[in-house]
Amino acid sequence: MKRSIPLAICLIMGAAMMVQFFVPHPVSVGFYDLTMKWVRIVGAFALVLGTGSLVMYHVDRIQRRKTGRYYSIVTLTAAAATAVIGLGWGIKPGSIFQDVIFSNLLVPLNASMFAILAFYMASAAYRAFRARTREAALLLVAAFVVMLGMVPIGAHIPFFWFLVVLAVALLVAGLVTRSKALMVGTGALVVGLLVWMGFWKFKVPQLMLPDTAEWVLSVPNMAAKRAILFGIALGGIATSLKVILGIERGWLGGGKQ
Amino acid sequence: MIPFLILLLAAGQVAPPVDTARLSPPAPPAGVTAFDTPNDAGKSITLSWSAGEGAAPEAWLVERSGPPESTKVVAATEPADVGYLDEGVTNRTKYTYRIAAVAGADTIWSGPTLPVSSSAQLFNTVRLNILIAMVVFFTLIIYYIESAKKGKSLFVRRIAGLDAVEEAVGRATEMGRPIIYVPGLGSVSDIATIASLNILGEVAKKVAQYDSALLVPNRDPIVYTVASEIVKESYAKAGRPDAFKADSVFFITSEQFAYAAAVDGLMAREKPATNFFLGMFWAESLVLAETGAQTGAIQIAGTDSVYQLPFFITACDYTLIGEELYAASAYLSREPLLLGSLKGQDYGKLVILAVVTLGSVLLLLSKIPALGFFGRIIGFFSVR
Repeated sequence: MKRSIPLAICLIMGAAMMVQFFVPHPVSVGFYDLTMKWVRIVGAFALVLGTGSLVMYHVDRIQRRKTGRYYSIVTLTAAAATAVIGLGWGIKPGSIFQDVIFSNLLVPLNASMFAILAFYMASAAYRAFRARTREAALLLVAAFVVMLGMVPIGAHIPFFWFLVVLAVALLVAGLVTRSKALMVGTGALVVGLLVWMGFWKFKVPQLMLPDTAEWVLSVPNMAAKRAILFGIALGGIATSLKVILGIERGWLGGGKQ
Repeated sequence: MIPFLILLLAAGQVAPPVDTARLSPPAPPAGVTAFDTPNDAGKSITLSWSAGEGAAPEAWLVERSGPPESTKVVAATEPADVGYLDEGVTNRTKYTYRIAAVAGADTIWSGPTLPVSSSAQLFNTVRLNILIAMVVFFTLIIYYIESAKKGKSLFVRRIAGLDAVEEAVGRATEMGRPIIYVPGLGSVSDIATIASLNILGEVAKKVAQYDSALLVPNRDPIVYTVASEIVKESYAKAGRPDAFKADSVFFITSEQFAYAAAVDGLMAREKPATNFFLGMFWAESLVLAETGAQTGAIQIAGTDSVYQLPFFITACDYTLIGEELYAASAYLSREPLLLGSLKGQDYGKLVILAVVTLGSVLLLLSKIPALGFFGRIIGFFSVR
């Protein structure tokens, strides 16, 4: 009973919402709006449970004198102060809640956390661009092309000369490290460049870096993205169907039929 | 003399340039039609017309005849417009319309349209292609689920990130450190969150078996209540209901970056052995994953956001890419019914691949002048 009622509700509502998607009739639209209202109401009740969980969790940490309990005191004090100020003096524009708590505390704190992302990006980029494998090396070159293509100076650099510099860099790296793979890579790149020049009657091809960057983003990058999106769409539909049919019961804590 | 000069100057100032086009009245609109707006909830009539031969109008007037007012101008539209959506009508009531071309003092009306009434539709024909795709896909999934029920052996390729779950949980037990499971920042209506909650059940079972500690910080209050129930059930299923701690699943805040800061703090203080980041993520993905990497935890991430995947791939040890996140529950539980649905999903992809390949070949062939026939086939299937 504990499982069959939620499963029955899930099946009925899932099927009804699926049918609703194809029916533009006002009855169907009204049903959708009503369901969304229910979701909001359930969310409001869950928020009460969430707040209860927050308070219990931090009170427990303080009572047990756990490491970092001072953060719990700050959290509870801030939550209580926000609630008292909001309930006591209102949340309209010009109120303490809006002007002090929201505009001068919450917004700058959020912005600070967001700003940290720039530093994390730098450290993540450093890790990603260490050309330890062939794939990582390819990623490094592609990223370099895209980054150079996006800055003003890139508009003046022909892609051909970029590849020539890359071939020289690979050759030097190959000679220094005595890496056979790098030497082979350099050879392949030089042959490729000569063939490309052959098509242009041995003149430098007029393909600038921004055009190359655009091509990288709109062709190979877009193709990979679309392939992932196809999988995501089908996976999403399959997961929904499994949940609606009661095959997937992980959300109920698992279990057989 | 002076009054004559003043008159002359005034005449020079006020006389407009002669516009020969304005001397002729505007042409009435041609081909005025009114019809019930298709695929809608009713109470709407669509009008279309084209500009007539002759002088261009300065505006169009739309006049409706029918109850409650007998005749009323309902709209004045721009000269470039060739259609109007009248949403002020009552269903099953007959209306006629006239369109007027207006220029200066001239208003030239078209003839009235045939009587038309609006009604609500029971099926949105624009979504017919989605319905067909859904039926095909559902059939494939149900067929393979039925095959799995009959005991047919189904091959599922290895997913390194999911194979590592056991190792990651074991590592936490050996190190005596907790496991942090972040079920994403999405709501329970996001499929990625549902997939993440399904995985949470399997992970919690393993955690209970290995007697490790699990921490599940939540951003959404509904996800928190569901996650709490799932972890509790999983501990019971693993035969360790006593090991479940109610405060291991907790709500933090609905604020995106406040949540990220709190989870970062949790990782810095608790020094977890393993971090799971599975579900919906936005800009905070890298903030979480980089902090976790710096604390030395083994990290398994998965999301269906193509924008956050590169960050996870960079900062985490294993990443479930897109659909792998949805497949994880089946892969971990090894339940035949769930594996059957995975097979159906794969054949669905095969159908899409075949359609894309066929479309590309037809498009290429249609570019050859002698093979224009293929262009007509493409045109037949194109969305109009």
